[in-house]
Amino acid sequence: MSAPSSPPTTDEATRPARSANDLRKQVYNSPKERAIKYLLGACALVSVLTTLGIAAVLIVESIPFFQSVSFAEFFGETRWTPQFTEKYFGIWALLSGTLLVTVISAVVALPVGLASAIFISEYASTWVRKVLKPGLELLAGVPTVVYGYFALTFVTPLLQTLIPGLGVYNALSGGIVVGIMIIPMVASLSEDALRAVPDSLGGAAYALGATKYEAVVRVKVPAAFGGIMASFILAVSRAIGETMIVTLAAGATPKMTLDPRESIQAMTAFIVQVSKGDTPQGTIEYQSIFAVGLVLFLITLAMNVLANRITRRYQEQY
Amino acid sequence: MELSPNGSFNLRRLHRKRVGLALAGVLFLATIFGIVVLVTLLVDVVVTSVPWLDGQFIASLPSRNPGEAGIQSALIGSLWLMGLTALISVPLGVASALYLEEYARDGWFLRLIQVNIANLAGVPSVVYGILGLALFVRFAALSNSLLAGALTLSLLILPIIIISTQEALRSIPSGIRESAYALGATRWQVIYSHVLPMAAPGIMTGVILALSRAIGETAPLILVGALTFVPFVPQGALDQFTALPIQIFNWTARPQDEFRGLAAAAIVVLMILLFTMNLTAILLRNYFESRRAGA
Repeated sequence: MSAPSSPPTTDEATRPARSANDLRKQVYNSPKERAIKYLLGACALVSVLTTLGIAAVLIVESIPFFQSVSFAEFFGETRWTPQFTEKYFGIWALLSGTLLVTVISAVVALPVGLASAIFISEYASTWVRKVLKPGLELLAGVPTVVYGYFALTFVTPLLQTLIPGLGVYNALSGGIVVGIMIIPMVASLSEDALRAVPDSLGGAAYALGATKYEAVVRVKVPAAFGGIMASFILAVSRAIGETMIVTLAAGATPKMTLDPRESIQAMTAFIVQVSKGDTPQGTIEYQSIFAVGLVLFLITLAMNVLANRITRRYQEQY
Repeated sequence: MELSPNGSFNLRRLHRKRVGLALAGVLFLATIFGIVVLVTLLVDVVVTSVPWLDGQFIASLPSRNPGEAGIQSALIGSLWLMGLTALISVPLGVASALYLEEYARDGWFLRLIQVNIANLAGVPSVVYGILGLALFVRFAALSNSLLAGALTLSLLILPIIIISTQEALRSIPSGIRESAYALGATRWQVIYSHVLPMAAPGIMTGVILALSRAIGETAPLILVGALTFVPFVPQGALDQFTALPIQIFNWTARPQDEFRGLAAAAIVVLMILLFTMNLTAILLRNYFESRRAGA
């Protein structure tokens, strides 16, 4: 570079020019380069193998369970009593517990999360945002077992002063705290969606004489509807898979109920209960955790696929 | 903005401004709700932990007697888990991201892997625990060892590391790569000497956040058989273990108040660990962004 005008040396000038193909071979296709490429590719395959592994384990290990328990009982029965002498395996008793907690958490998290997203993206000044966003990130970083502790030792006693006769273990406390846990998720994903709305839409609303809230509520939020829905679905799916809060605070009594004051058992809590005990391998109780895990996996997978699809369609919109 | 009955144009500006102000207030209250809960949680935990948190608590093995109980084996178990998980998941995750960003061509295979990673990130952690139980504890016969736990946690955080590394790689301007190619560098030389060093702070930020997720996980460790009472410090990767979240879970689940105090003290230790990691990640990110802005 120091002497750009210097003539090529005779050596280089007389050497035949290398073809582009030779160069390509040396730069991209030398044995070392190819080995690196395949090694990295093999690493990328691990994530695919993980998915296949999860599916294979859940299906294969569920087979012995479904050999003793018919699908008709699994999906038609409403009692779940693996510890009793008279065993019933009706998934609805666990599924309804999970759904009850999930509905309560959604009631808490969806409005609060969406409101936070609107406030942070549309109202907060730069420095307020700089305080609020790390705060929400910290909230998202709290381990679930710590939330479980909080539910059992703080929220439940608080609720007991408001609702006389409330038991130590109840779906309400667990559901509220699961909701608090997923607020940051709703807030951050919905905020992304709101930010993706072009400024010109808000500007057009202002030009037509809209006030700020009208521009936000009637133009920007509807424009971000797809992304907001995706954030709701992902958050609810997270709530369904949440384990430690419901294990610690919501109880261990599987039952079909819609009463949030009752002690229930969520699917995840059942899996933990069995695996932390000394249940021997090969018993039907032990096998049942794979069947419950399969149901859990299928539900959350369906919701994630749906949310990702909505997000992708929505991203293409603008 | 409708016409009033007598036909005159009625803006009702005062009313609309009031509604807007009220809405802003409601939104603000909702936003600080999360922060208020976080502060309440921290204050509650710290206050409860005060009588229990001392040097003896950090340096003692667990005990049936709350007065003598400590978290030494849990703390060291958690550090072991974090180290092993980092050793397994970071090379794997960064390599995957490099392949996806720098090598793979657009097509069905790339899309399959991307969709798969996005979906893996949403799989409940307890399901990873079931996978670890069947694959590592039983099939690979690792029993309920630190290694089985670390492998399970590695699979759990792999999608997070891949996604954040991809973002870091994407933020490197393509001019950097083109200049290096123009000077005759091979593909791997471009990646190893130019792209990776520039993306390193971004990658490290993602790795730290992923590891802080791993260190707080409880359910997968229960599934792979972390013990609740470990009166010894693990010496190697194949030893049985406990970890801070397991200890917290165990103490919280007991009805006696003393054990709740111990749980709170262990939570404080865990949260200090997590905040330190998060702070490091945030500082790294800020440094990264300011350097990028200056460049």
